[in-house]
Amino acid sequence: MTLRMLIALAATAALLGLLFMGLGINARDLPSPLVGKPAPPFVLESLEDASVTLTEQDFIGEVALVNVWATWCSTCRAEKPLLMELARGGIPIHAFNYRDERETALRYLSVSDNPYRTIAYDPVGDAGIDWGVYATPETYVLDAEGVIRYKRIGPLTRQLLLDEVLPLIERLRAEAQRASEARRGAPT
Amino acid sequence: MIPRLFCLLLAWLLPAGLAMALAIGQPLEFASEAQQRQYDTLVRELRCTVCQSETIHESNAELAADMRRRVHAMTLAGHDADAIVAFMVQRYGDYVRYRPPLQVNTWLLWASPFLLMLGGVLVWWRIVVGRRSMAERPGFTAQERAMLDRLRQADELRRS
Repeated sequence: MTLRMLIALAATAALLGLLFMGLGINARDLPSPLVGKPAPPFVLESLEDASVTLTEQDFIGEVALVNVWATWCSTCRAEKPLLMELARGGIPIHAFNYRDERETALRYLSVSDNPYRTIAYDPVGDAGIDWGVYATPETYVLDAEGVIRYKRIGPLTRQLLLDEVLPLIERLRAEAQRASEARRGAPT
Repeated sequence: MIPRLFCLLLAWLLPAGLAMALAIGQPLEFASEAQQRQYDTLVRELRCTVCQSETIHESNAELAADMRRRVHAMTLAGHDADAIVAFMVQRYGDYVRYRPPLQVNTWLLWASPFLLMLGGVLVWWRIVVGRRSMAERPGFTAQERAMLDRLRQADELRRS
């Protein structure tokens, strides 16, 4: 009798536990398989100048953010003051202008702040698929070698920057520094 | 009443159908029937990661359209189904597959129907065994029977 009750109790507890776990999981919070992989290659026009071709190499070289934005995305607009702060603080931010119209995007940037170093124009979401973009805004952290080290789906927040992004950038910068010193120190 | 209801229904369905047609776009061209088949299978097996519970075939989301276009392009370029699925998984994770692969983090998912069945069989078996043992339980002893008879008689006497 007690055994049977124990079994029933265990089964109920397991089921409730599973349901509770389901509550805690954010279904939109998918882990990106791209973290730890090199930045996917792309060839796109620059948003500002159609005759300029940008590739992933333009995003690589130092620890940098890559932000995916569009003018139709109100969350991107809300996020931009934070990006401005980062840009003023000396963190390079590159961007994909995602599924947008060039004129609209340029007008938007001309009347508001522009935190971006380089903006690749991705009107049909081609690079978007390669980068695993599925909602704007999205932000990646690239290390100096161009490896994706972090991805945030949804807007950055101050808390997130303080807790995760800025410490990561600091660490990656220290890493890059050490690597370049080792290269310089090594006999050629 | 009925015609009005019908019109209302039509007014609802027509734009929905149009929107669907617009989202799906022009019929796609393929070099061979095998490619067409591969495309048709793949768009029903890949999940739209924005809408999550829809395949990219059903979804009206722009991302789903992008993914369909990419599946189409890759199919035309001669990539086989496995390569295309691998491509999507590389970008969006296993989540993009409607049929999850059997691997370390999904074994419980795959095993759960069998585990549940096993549980059911165990419960059923216990019930059957319990019933059998109940049937085998000895009936009343002669002494108990006599006592019951006496009780019954006393009861009848009281009633009468």
